[in-house]
Amino acid sequence: MIAEAGHYALVLALALALIQSFVPMIGARLRDPALMNVARSTALAQLLFVGASFIALVTLHVNSDFSVANVYENSHSMKPLIYKITGVWGNHEGSMLLWVSILALFGGLVAAFGNNLPLSLRAHVLAVQAWIASAFYLFILITSNPFLRIVNPPIEGRDLNPVLQDIGLAVHPPMLYLGYVGFSISFSFAIAALIEGRIDAAWARWVRPWTLVAWIFLTLGIAMGSYWAYYELGWGGWWFWDPVENASLMPWLAGTALLHSALVMEKRNALKVWTILLSILTFSLSLLGTFLVRSGVITSVHAFANDPTRGVFILLILCLFIGGSLSLFAGRATSLKQGGLFAPISREGALVLNNLLLTVACAVVLFGTLYPLAMEVLADFKMSVGAPFYNLSFAPLFVLLLLAVPFGPMLAWKRGDLLGVTQRLLAAGVAALVVIALVWAWTRGGSALAPLAIGLGVFVIAGAATDLAERTGLFRLPFATSLHRARGLPRSAWGTVFAHAGLGVALIGIVCETTWNSEYIATMKPNDVAQVAGYELKLDGLLERQGPNYREMIAQFNVSRDGEALSVMTPSKRSFTTRGSSTTEAALLTRGASQLYISLGDVTGEGAIAVRIYHKPLVLLIWWGPVLMAFGGVLSLSDRRLRVGAPKPARAKQRLQPAE
Amino acid sequence: MTRKQRRMTIIGGSLAVLALAAALVLNALRDSIVFFSTPTMVAENHVQPGKRFRLGGLVQPGSLQRGDNLAVTFEVADGGAKLPVAYKGILPDLFREGQGVVAEGALDANGVFKADTVLAKHDETYMPKDVADALKKQGHWKDDYGAKDPNMASGGTKPAATTAQGNSQGAVQ
Repeated sequence: MIAEAGHYALVLALALALIQSFVPMIGARLRDPALMNVARSTALAQLLFVGASFIALVTLHVNSDFSVANVYENSHSMKPLIYKITGVWGNHEGSMLLWVSILALFGGLVAAFGNNLPLSLRAHVLAVQAWIASAFYLFILITSNPFLRIVNPPIEGRDLNPVLQDIGLAVHPPMLYLGYVGFSISFSFAIAALIEGRIDAAWARWVRPWTLVAWIFLTLGIAMGSYWAYYELGWGGWWFWDPVENASLMPWLAGTALLHSALVMEKRNALKVWTILLSILTFSLSLLGTFLVRSGVITSVHAFANDPTRGVFILLILCLFIGGSLSLFAGRATSLKQGGLFAPISREGALVLNNLLLTVACAVVLFGTLYPLAMEVLADFKMSVGAPFYNLSFAPLFVLLLLAVPFGPMLAWKRGDLLGVTQRLLAAGVAALVVIALVWAWTRGGSALAPLAIGLGVFVIAGAATDLAERTGLFRLPFATSLHRARGLPRSAWGTVFAHAGLGVALIGIVCETTWNSEYIATMKPNDVAQVAGYELKLDGLLERQGPNYREMIAQFNVSRDGEALSVMTPSKRSFTTRGSSTTEAALLTRGASQLYISLGDVTGEGAIAVRIYHKPLVLLIWWGPVLMAFGGVLSLSDRRLRVGAPKPARAKQRLQPAE
Repeated sequence: MTRKQRRMTIIGGSLAVLALAAALVLNALRDSIVFFSTPTMVAENHVQPGKRFRLGGLVQPGSLQRGDNLAVTFEVADGGAKLPVAYKGILPDLFREGQGVVAEGALDANGVFKADTVLAKHDETYMPKDVADALKKQGHWKDDYGAKDPNMASGGTKPAATTAQGNSQGAVQ
């Protein structure tokens, strides 16, 4: 019954989405408020029905109803409850249902909190949302129905892929989807603006919080996915330049560019056409990501689907939305009036440079992701584009971007003084040089570029701090005055500081981990001692244990440093009988921002076991950086200016504080 | 500056960044692309020692030998040819004889493939897509590869991936 109810709720949601696709459009054409307001009710009702459908699927998984194919294929009655729930989106059908649920959630939020939007704009935005929703409801109902029954229900399910039986699955996909799908709002706003042929600074003010929300979740989702891969796959890698990872990185790069260009549009009423284009491109890249992951054109950890009809269906959705929106853009963009003049050296100019570098970097990633596919289709040979390619192409562009980051927020709007800003950044530059010299003197081995890259990270962090010091008059004015000013600073200014500093933090982590990572791989017997980066790890023994749906072998290591016992680490290897496969559960010991990492290999004869031990210096900075960035985003989101949302040009002008 | 000059500055700057990116990409493409080969393709094309490529095929049953200190050797076969592979490190969880494997590395002077990375990316049929495609193309595909494990024979589509890295910086050199 529950499966049928869930299926039926999904069909009703489709019907509502179809109504929402057309009625508000007609209402906007006829200027009929009643018809336009239909969008609000249907969007909320849609959320209700998709939510019901999603809860139905969760209930089926929790109850282990193996008469439903989706549950049979991905669940097991012995599976812990949390994995029964997360297993809902650990498969193709369920994750598509999560996708549309989040889409409906965002639509519902616009409907519920969009009261200060002009009526016709809200009607258009929700109609565009409904177009996207209809396409994906159809996709789910036609090709990937999660509620299909099995005629002769089996007694036991086939269990979830062991690699996915981890808390990471509870966090990573929902976060990532909140980011991906969140960009649909800025897309809908862009299309609505094109349809209405009207766009102004107020538009940017409405769009920015939505973009920011999506960006925060995407940032955290990517970071979480990276950390998950790091501890779950057992060899300590945290970024693989895998097409599926690129699929999430590309919307992030475009979305970051969008955040910055929307800022120019909001403050200076310039870059309108470009902001619209970026909104379209960002969501298009999200759709492309969905296609790459869901169609199975690329084999990887995440490619659950290898049914070609699904791929073709998503490809059609992709062509329809990207092609349609870009044609609309080509037709209508010229009608948008340009405004806001600025000199090349100015805050606007710096943000243009930021956009340029981010979009070009995004294009490089897109090229690296699609080139092997294109060559396979056109020239019929296989190849792979991996880290070396991106290190030579993506990294230099990002270095340029990071060099420019401290300058941007300190330049004045309209016309900036590059020389003056350089002078004020002198302290940050000196700090960076000192750090380069120190790192050079203290470390041995590794690339000569590493100290320089760390210096760049320090420059970015110190630059963010300088910006803050300049704004509050720290060191120039009495401390109490600075404190008072700091309290008076708009939260978005604090947000900028944290987000930019996060970039520097992540860079330092990346460089330290890749350069001074030490490794020990060997077979060890009980009472053997391994020496890694000054730590002694003694293998105490091996023991076996029975888990809920697996057997695991645990190795117990005593970790000490200079004779002082620190901790016990217990990496394990789990074998899952249902799927006949095994996973490696790495053990992590955090010391400051650095980590010791142990993962197990196979047991060889005579009770010895292959182990892989890493010491990863400052590795946690890689993820603290994005967390800082997201925190900056949250601060910025809590800014009064964005919360109030209503455009008040007079007050906006007051806030344009020159950096002088 | 006039409006036109400003616009030209921005367009000029954009073109400069684009040109830089194009140059970087072309340069990166020249020496960082890794091609995929099967043992038959290696034999036919006389691949030079030292040239990095990805080798894909089936692990020849009975060929796996473990040496001292995690050194392993095995043969990769694709029905047409065989190629000996040497690797030092921990093999991925899903590595097994008779199943598909992809290794990255280069041939040495003796014609042994020195792998620094062994990937075992599988779907439920224990067959990497690259390997399956290559075998199908050469006509060595047998349907029973897909039915190795009765538990996994039907329906579901769930790949797992594990990676073994010979050197710690595998993906981020």
